[in-house]
Amino acid sequence: MKAILFGATRGMGRSLARLMAERGDAVALLGRDPDALARSARDLAVLGAAQVATATCDLLDPESFGPALDAAITALDGVDTIVLTAADFARPETLDADPARAARLVAMNFANSIAFCEAARTRLLARGGGTLCIFSSVAGDRARKTTGLYGATKAGLSHYAESLDLRDRPRGLRVVLVKPGFVRTGMTADLPAPPFAGEPDAVAARVLTAIDRGWPIVHAPAIWRSVMLAVRALPRAVMRRSEF
Amino acid sequence: MPRIAGWGGVPAVEGHERLGESLADVCRPASLTRGLGRSYGDASLPASAGAVVAGTRLGDRVLAFDREAGILRAEAGFRLEQLDRLTRPAGWVSPVVPGTRHVTLGGMVASDIHGKNHHVAGCIGAHVRSLLIQVADGRQLEIGPEREPELFAATIAGMGLTGHILEVELALLAIARPWLVVEIETAPDLAALVAGLRTASRSWPYTVTWVDALSRGKHMGRGVIIKGRWAAADEAPPTLPARSPSGLLFVPFNLPGWVLGRASVRAFDEIYYRVHRWRTGRTIVHPDGFFYPLDGIRDWNRLYGARGFIQHQSVLPVDDGDDVITRYFDTLTRHGGASFLTVIKDCGAEGRGLLSFPRPGLSVALDLPMRGAATQSLVDALNRHVLDAGGRIYLAKDALTRREDFVAMEPRLAAFDAVRRTWDPERRLRSALSVRLLGDTA
Repeated sequence: MKAILFGATRGMGRSLARLMAERGDAVALLGRDPDALARSARDLAVLGAAQVATATCDLLDPESFGPALDAAITALDGVDTIVLTAADFARPETLDADPARAARLVAMNFANSIAFCEAARTRLLARGGGTLCIFSSVAGDRARKTTGLYGATKAGLSHYAESLDLRDRPRGLRVVLVKPGFVRTGMTADLPAPPFAGEPDAVAARVLTAIDRGWPIVHAPAIWRSVMLAVRALPRAVMRRSEF
Repeated sequence: MPRIAGWGGVPAVEGHERLGESLADVCRPASLTRGLGRSYGDASLPASAGAVVAGTRLGDRVLAFDREAGILRAEAGFRLEQLDRLTRPAGWVSPVVPGTRHVTLGGMVASDIHGKNHHVAGCIGAHVRSLLIQVADGRQLEIGPEREPELFAATIAGMGLTGHILEVELALLAIARPWLVVEIETAPDLAALVAGLRTASRSWPYTVTWVDALSRGKHMGRGVIIKGRWAAADEAPPTLPARSPSGLLFVPFNLPGWVLGRASVRAFDEIYYRVHRWRTGRTIVHPDGFFYPLDGIRDWNRLYGARGFIQHQSVLPVDDGDDVITRYFDTLTRHGGASFLTVIKDCGAEGRGLLSFPRPGLSVALDLPMRGAATQSLVDALNRHVLDAGGRIYLAKDALTRREDFVAMEPRLAAFDAVRRTWDPERRLRSALSVRLLGDTA
């Protein structure tokens, strides 16, 4: 496999890149921080990646997407899988207090994420197809008091991914939409962990299976599929009273 | 507010870990850095509620692995289980491992862990080539046996009190096959057990004994002697099964306190002894089962219930014919101490770490359910024996030792304090343990 991952110096993306490296895939990392990219590249090379490349790319700057993808494709001499795990996260209280931060989160998680997927999609289709794996969130599955803007951007991203799958699958594009539940990463380190909290390595193993098999939607950890089925069925009156 | 505790569950302090992928950033405002929290007592706990504690577990990248020379460099949060997975297929292993693979490289160095091969390999500190450390004023330094040797010696077994360990470079041990040849024998009493252990250690690189700490009279100290060595090329297959056999059992919640009461420990000891008497002989075993037997039961610390448990591990300098071990066990049984897992191991020479635990003699490790004042007085009584014998306790397992006892056991403390004065004159780096035993302010 020749995979490009955006946002894989951390969290679930890091775990996924490592699993790919361990089985000998060629991996290119896109990210903002050159030092973090270099360290992760060393890690993946030691773990066994057939090839490792890096390119700087900033989710706040859509102009950086095309050049970064092209540089990675050139370095790997091709691509068959592109993964987007980069995203912004903040709690509703933080966003309420800082409208500029809120606007930035919406731009990164929705408009710019879709712009990246479009840049990735056109490049995969131009090469005859491939897999586009998009990390969304269960927070986009049902509005809760705590999901706020973050959940709204993820709902929009999930909607976009599903429509992409319907439209482009016949042309060879496989869209894998990942909906992680609560996963213990740096992003969630300051949040109280709910029941069914997952570990990034276990989530990554499931996502890699989904990529290999072309599953259109994957909840990870798997239990969150049932959890969200139940949460989606709850009446509005219950959601008004619940605090989760 | 969540609580931070060691593996024994007691004590616990309110606070939460500061986590992040960049260890230098995560550690900067912290008064202490911890790994996976597998030390038993208060070594990885903040000095006071709310003090900032950094966690290394997201800083777990491997930075270099020389497959010819067997040298590995990784960030401090890199875990032993990751190391095993990476290096075993290439014919290398960590030269020293503790009883669990759920530890970080940084934690292994900070505790200067020892293992079943201490009598030949020493502690992990003997195999550390270099460390990247961030000292209290924020400076980063590469230190080793030749570079800043005093700071290096204090950091090995320094319990995180000399600086934040960011990266570790380790010399690995070459193996022909990733399997172990293991022999087990039983010993009918304490004298036979200690003699058998000493004999075994003359020809085996890995030796340990498990002791039935409850039987009295002529059975007192009966136990099982476990001996192992890495298999030679003609003795075992070149690879391990893809999945390690452990991890199938787990303890979902804290069990009621009576589960590990005296009766059940006695039953366990009886069964363990009989099973091993029946199982003696030579076998080829998976390294995970040999080195990390309890990792097969996830969250086994919950067996002790919400009140938690403590460990007491000490090393007693013992000459042949000395009855200090017998008197130690007499005290244990007189106080009604029911230790589920009692382990005796012979230690080799003292390591380079200034506060490194092992020294020549016999190490005795006990698991004791926490029962408040009764447990405190048991630990006090055991420490009396340690002091009388000129031994010392293992900080990574301690929760209840009193400061005056520790100071009396530890003539090297002045040298350690001197290094701290040089690199951290304001004692910005401290822990619950350093408040309890080294006189730091909370």
